[in-house]
Amino acid sequence: MNLSTNQLYLGYDGRLVVEDLNLAIAPGQISVLIGPNGCGKSTILRSLARLLPPRQGSVLLDGKMIQHLPTKEVAKKLAMLPQMPQAPEGLSVEQLVWFGRYPYQSVLGGRTQSDREAVEWALAQTGMTVFASRALETLSGGQRQRAWIAMALAQQTPILLLDEPTTYLDLSHQLEVLQLLVRLNREEGKTVVMVLHDLNQASRFAHQLIVVNGGRVVAQGLPEEVLNEQILREVFGLKAHFLRDPETGRPYCIPYALARKEPLMVDERVEEKA
Amino acid sequence: MKAAWAGLKLTIIPLLALGLVVVGIAALGVGAVRMSFAEVLQALGNLGHAEDTHARILYDLRMPRILVGALCGAMFAASGAILQGVVRNPLASPDIVGVAAGAGLAAVFTLLLLPKAPLWALPVGACLGGFLAFVLVYLLSIRTGEVLPIRLALIGVAVEASLDALRRLILVRADDGVAQALTFLVGTVYGADWERLWRVLPFALFLIPLALILHQKLDVLSFGDSTARSLGMRLELGRLVALLLGVALASVAVTGTGILGFVGLIAPHAARLLVGSRFHLLLPASLLLGAILVVGADTLARGLVPPLEIPAGLLTTLVGAPYFLYLMRRVGRAR
Repeated sequence: MNLSTNQLYLGYDGRLVVEDLNLAIAPGQISVLIGPNGCGKSTILRSLARLLPPRQGSVLLDGKMIQHLPTKEVAKKLAMLPQMPQAPEGLSVEQLVWFGRYPYQSVLGGRTQSDREAVEWALAQTGMTVFASRALETLSGGQRQRAWIAMALAQQTPILLLDEPTTYLDLSHQLEVLQLLVRLNREEGKTVVMVLHDLNQASRFAHQLIVVNGGRVVAQGLPEEVLNEQILREVFGLKAHFLRDPETGRPYCIPYALARKEPLMVDERVEEKA
Repeated sequence: MKAAWAGLKLTIIPLLALGLVVVGIAALGVGAVRMSFAEVLQALGNLGHAEDTHARILYDLRMPRILVGALCGAMFAASGAILQGVVRNPLASPDIVGVAAGAGLAAVFTLLLLPKAPLWALPVGACLGGFLAFVLVYLLSIRTGEVLPIRLALIGVAVEASLDALRRLILVRADDGVAQALTFLVGTVYGADWERLWRVLPFALFLIPLALILHQKLDVLSFGDSTARSLGMRLELGRLVALLLGVALASVAVTGTGILGFVGLIAPHAARLLVGSRFHLLLPASLLLGAILVVGADTLARGLVPPLEIPAGLLTTLVGAPYFLYLMRRVGRAR
């Protein structure tokens, strides 16, 4: 299942955010979009999930324009987990996961055996079977995120898109979610595309890093090819030391200063004295 | 424990249905002429007999009144449940977002412009007015592409009040005949007759089953835009259909009983507490609670100071307004 963009322009209201984007997502791999705030990485992800219609150009799913495919068909090929998704009050985990079967159900058709199997499988994959009857509000942040991932899994799509799936989670829950995604990629062959903020997590878990700056992809490739002093300085405005992750051999960066000439904030105490 | 509660939820619907029947039967005995249960039963047996005064009262006055009240209360409640889900705003309710007053105003216009219009013209006109008013409120509430719940409620209340004032102004100037035909618009079930039931019933028989059939789409819509679209919902179409449905339910109800304040707010909220927010249970529970609320309020309205009649809408507003204030405070804090 190939996902790519062709001369894609994206924007909100009057503002263009992404210009002339030609991006190919590597099938069967984990691709991670990184870049500073407002660079357009979430915008790109949303357009890949056809949540944002293109201004110009197209998003292609196996060579077909995604806007022209029936939306339920698209929902069987790619599942998107938005940032901070909201559910109606009082939903249980299992009820939430059942909504992942929506693309397979018709208005009057009931639940089929394959629906039931997909829901059970999704709960098992995410370790949520024991929480199936718990209300979503009663879960911890990490459990809740796993429940949402389970819903996306129940869609049984070859492609998973996730917008900052680790935001607002503590470190151990962040790793829990990322390791779950790695396992789904390795064992189930899922293509994973996600936005991450932590560069070292991106370096460690991505097959492909996609560096976005000012609405353009400025670098794409293996973390060891892409992450270096120059990218950190030019894209993130940071000076950084680089180490190697002792386990994976991937680059590990330690930012130590802003790469800008002038300081960002004026020292207020000095001003007061003067 | 959890399974027990899930089982209990399923029994809530029949329990509410039973409750509605009980309230309905009790309502038959209450009014200027009080009847005991035995007298009600006896009169029901004599329904065809013109010489039995009790039977005449039941058939000519109380039965249509109870049925119209139940039906319109149910429709207001279903409308509230749908609007709250689709707009994702707990404050949304047909009489808060302008729909009810828009429908009332349009009903007046319809009757003034087409005095000889057939029975169905009034609900159709009301639906049009309700939808226009809702679109107006929604457009006024959008700011930087977003509709804040509180903003929608505040602007909705203002538009509702303006349209309602306009309706009253026009009715003051209208012929006595038209004004009299529309006095019920203040929100009362008083004077509801069989004709009014026949006016509302066909629309109810179309709209209510349609809402029940679409329960799953309503669920998906209440997840919000991103998730709904990711799940394969045709968002614009789905939302339009759901909003039209919610607006039509309330607008038609307005042509039966006028604006019964806050029924569309309280009934779905109570239903959500009882059965959760999934529409396959939420809609039936809201329908039944709305019916119980209105029939109950109207019975009280008849029974408190007979033979005087208090408009049922006054009682529902007395209960609903404080709850609305509480809700405003809660939603305000959450932001």
